[in-house]
Amino acid sequence: MELVVLENGKIDITMQADSGFDPLARAMKLLEGVEYDHMVATGYGRQLARVHMGAETVTEIKAYAFGARFLFPEARAILDVGGQDSKAIALNEAGKIVKFEMNDKCAAGTGRFLEVMAQSLGYDLNEMGEQALNAKNSVNINSMCTVFAESEVISLVTRGHDRRDVALGLHKAIARRCAGMLRRVMRTGPLVFAGGVAQNQCMVALMSEFLGQKPLVPKDPQMVGAIGAALIGSKNY
Amino acid sequence: MNEDYREMWKALGLDLAAHDALLDVLGKGYKDIYMEQENRPAGMKYFDFVISQVHGLRIKELLDGKAKGRKVIGAFCVFVPEEIVLAADAVMVGLCTGADFATDEVERVLPRNTCSLIKSAFGFKLGKVCPYIESADMIVGENTCDGKKKSHEILKDLVSNLYVMDLPQVKSSQGRALLKAEYMRFKKTLEELTGIEIDAQRLKRGIELVNNKRKAIHRLSSLRKTDPVPISGLDALLINQVYFYDDPIRFTSSVNEIADELEKRIENKEGVAEQGSPRILISGCPMAVPNWKLPWIIETSGGVIVGEESCVGERGTRHLIESRGKTVDELIDSLVERYFKIDCAIFTPNYERITHITEMYKQYNADGVIHYCLNFCQPYLVESMQVEKALEDKGIPVLRVDTDYSMEDIGQLRTRVEAFIEQIK
Repeated sequence: MELVVLENGKIDITMQADSGFDPLARAMKLLEGVEYDHMVATGYGRQLARVHMGAETVTEIKAYAFGARFLFPEARAILDVGGQDSKAIALNEAGKIVKFEMNDKCAAGTGRFLEVMAQSLGYDLNEMGEQALNAKNSVNINSMCTVFAESEVISLVTRGHDRRDVALGLHKAIARRCAGMLRRVMRTGPLVFAGGVAQNQCMVALMSEFLGQKPLVPKDPQMVGAIGAALIGSKNY
Repeated sequence: MNEDYREMWKALGLDLAAHDALLDVLGKGYKDIYMEQENRPAGMKYFDFVISQVHGLRIKELLDGKAKGRKVIGAFCVFVPEEIVLAADAVMVGLCTGADFATDEVERVLPRNTCSLIKSAFGFKLGKVCPYIESADMIVGENTCDGKKKSHEILKDLVSNLYVMDLPQVKSSQGRALLKAEYMRFKKTLEELTGIEIDAQRLKRGIELVNNKRKAIHRLSSLRKTDPVPISGLDALLINQVYFYDDPIRFTSSVNEIADELEKRIENKEGVAEQGSPRILISGCPMAVPNWKLPWIIETSGGVIVGEESCVGERGTRHLIESRGKTVDELIDSLVERYFKIDCAIFTPNYERITHITEMYKQYNADGVIHYCLNFCQPYLVESMQVEKALEDKGIPVLRVDTDYSMEDIGQLRTRVEAFIEQIK
């Protein structure tokens, strides 16, 4: 979970914590000593924050759209690949959402997929992207189902494939899926790549390759949703 | 109250324990979804009562009628002409297809990746919980999609009285001829079943009753064009669902009564949602009782549903029968005329449906369209791509939702629907 506090329209505080199994307690802890006038919650736990903390709620879609436009006013599309889901959002010139797609049915095409695969390959999550960039070849991965892909990875490694090559194949599989989702909504213009997975350099490189344009990646891509939520909240206060 | 009906259910061969469980879930779902709504029209009390008695009093009425020789015809689809059924002094009822039931049993006879609607029909039969299918003297299966067509081959061994009605898939003169031949065959079968010869006078009476029922629905629908909207989409859907179960004359007067009330509401600018609430048109697969999931999500996320482009909705009810004919043959022609206009996705091509969705979007002053498909419903899923493109080309916001009867995806659906409502606000 991420916390952003705005002061006079500028980002004042950014913090992050693992949501864990008791997200409400974590959120309370994250907020300790933090002063604010009004709170907006977004993401899967937004209703929890509404009920227990009196937060206003917005969807991740709207929050990401606002956050991305704040950081990159020229943005016309957003790809957010987070831990739980991934989404593609198209904006018009004025920044209004015109269309969105979500992959929220399974772990395929999300950060969770990469996390599970990193584990199977014996990498840290951060390390896997760097290692994949050093791959000489790419191994084709056929399964997009996290469970099946895991067995596929194990079988590829036991057959003697270089794990960097397997890692690249995994990145390609997820990048192709994200690019496909993005193409269904996006018409034109600069793309912002957000969400935790945008920290992965291999994913950024592959998205550039598949889309034929270099995505704009914010400094803290996982904070974009929280920034957007805070901006939405600051409008009325 | 339902205690009084246990003997009746037992006599119909229902599995009482399973049936209790079903009524429990239905009752709870109804309470959570329907009774939680605010500012409902008083006229909804009648429809609440019908739902509370949908397996009780209504079945008793049907059985009392049967005792006097009135046959019961069960049907799944809006292509089955109720006019002919009524002309034969029989009663037509919609068969239950709106909830998952006895899924394990169903998946022994049907593939897992069959749509929820077909699975549900089988589940209610195999689970022995549908008093309608058990009361029916004849069950009409229609050759619509491939799933339905092929599943009839399996259903015919599970019931003793399946009658398969063939349907055209192309709107050609041959297609029209097929529909007429099938309606003539249906008429003949009903005459044999009931021993009543359907003459022009009887047919005219049937047409009049069903026309009146549809006119009442048209009146109700047109009242939903106003802002604030005087009735929720959930309640309007319920009325459209009860359409398939209730006695046609009583139903018609109940709908007209609620329409009177809604007219007064409109005069007083009274509505169920604030003026300016985002107005949604739902388009796609039918929503049978108790499939209220998506409308419930929409209307608890700040949206209000103003129309249903659906078989349980305007696709099913929109045209009246222009019965200028004098002979049985001419009257059947006028039936064919009306039913052949139904823009179901089993037809290829089916561009009229896109035109109709666009018209409804304008007429009901909608702000966006939510296209709803059941997973594995090939005709509507494929068509959803064309619908999406056509509407977007006209600048109409669309959200495509593919789902089933399970509750697993409620969280995700809510996020999508909320985001869509934010988008169109």
